[in-house]
Amino acid sequence: MRFFGQDLACVRGERLVFSGLDFALTPGEALILAGRNGSGKTTLLRLMAGLAPYQAGGLGWDDGPVRDDPERHAARLHYVAHLDAVKPALTVWENLEFWARLRGGDSDGARAALARLGLDGLSGVPARYLSAGQRHRLSLARLLAAPAVLWLLDEPTVALDGESVTALMAALAEHRAGGGMAVIATNVDLGDLGASTLDMRRFAPDPGQAGVSV
Amino acid sequence: MNAFTIIVGRELRLALRQSGDSAIIVMFFVLAAVLFPFGLGPEPNLLARMAPGVVWVTALLAAMLSFERLFLADYEDGSLEQLALGPAPLALVALAKALAHWLTTGVPLMLAAPLIGVLYHLPEDGYAPLIVSMILGTPTISLIGTVGAALTLGARRGGVLLSLLVLPLVVPVLIFGAGAIDAAINGFPVRPQLMVLGGILLAALALCPWASAASVRQALE
Repeated sequence: MRFFGQDLACVRGERLVFSGLDFALTPGEALILAGRNGSGKTTLLRLMAGLAPYQAGGLGWDDGPVRDDPERHAARLHYVAHLDAVKPALTVWENLEFWARLRGGDSDGARAALARLGLDGLSGVPARYLSAGQRHRLSLARLLAAPAVLWLLDEPTVALDGESVTALMAALAEHRAGGGMAVIATNVDLGDLGASTLDMRRFAPDPGQAGVSV
Repeated sequence: MNAFTIIVGRELRLALRQSGDSAIIVMFFVLAAVLFPFGLGPEPNLLARMAPGVVWVTALLAAMLSFERLFLADYEDGSLEQLALGPAPLALVALAKALAHWLTTGVPLMLAAPLIGVLYHLPEDGYAPLIVSMILGTPTISLIGTVGAALTLGARRGGVLLSLLVLPLVVPVLIFGAGAIDAAINGFPVRPQLMVLGGILLAALALCPWASAASVRQALE
């Protein structure tokens, strides 16, 4: 099993964000996306999820290009974005259970995921009363509530307290030990994950080209 | 199919938690209809003559108020992105949203419509076609509104733009919906109008989910 990108280029709003980008992931591996704000980390994650288009290159899995079967690709990944997809009107449990059931998980998995992230005491509370960190934890609980091989995490540690970061890192290690893959965009040092780092600066358009619209 | 019922269930639950939204739509419907006699005078024959058109026009205007949030809330909090990555094709998501919208807005409007008929002295013969035309017409409105809501995602003043887009598209529903009631009052057969309404509903059912899905995909890029 291998997930890879070759010579990817992405243009957003007439600006070249990155080009010539290659990456490859095999089971158990994690990839850290590093780079300044606006260097295209989120764009690359959305592109890996199949949400954003790319203008050149290719994105592939063992069984062929991702473009050929986007629904199959979506089914094997979890994408945790800045926006946490939490409905204030629903309770913590209702929020998580919906995503878990939609992705083929069950109630037990969802309960375990809540416990894992320390939200089990809050399951009956409407999500509007949650703090930013708690909302983010609820969003991360989706990772654990239904299995998926590929985790795409956008700044997963933002707003989290120390304990939650530890819990997340433990879950991530378990996921990788079980043959999962992860791509993590972050500006925070997550410690020694044994992960390779993709420096987005290497793929930025060269200074001579910067600012030139494409 | 399973994903479809899960999404409809969530939409209904959300609507139930925010049930004030549906109540406001129905109140707008009744209030707008009540305004006409104040402007035109209380002459019973005139009101009975106007009833079919007033019911349908005000129902359409009331429905316009409800479309803006249809996709926007999910778009703003990231749920739409997650739904797009879910197992259900986006067209099915759009269909689920249209069904939930009809159940929470179309059905209440339908139930309130006879009340307006009473206020306007609608002749007895008009009630059955009123209900049947509403049953056939309101789902079409929900479906077309879904397309409008998807098209205006991310636009400034999306709500106004949405009305401008959707209102012209629902004119056929208005013509044949009001026409059916008119025909019944005047002793003509109502079957043709209702058949056309049914036809429009089937066409909307076949086309609107795809159009919504394409627009949502565009908005997410």
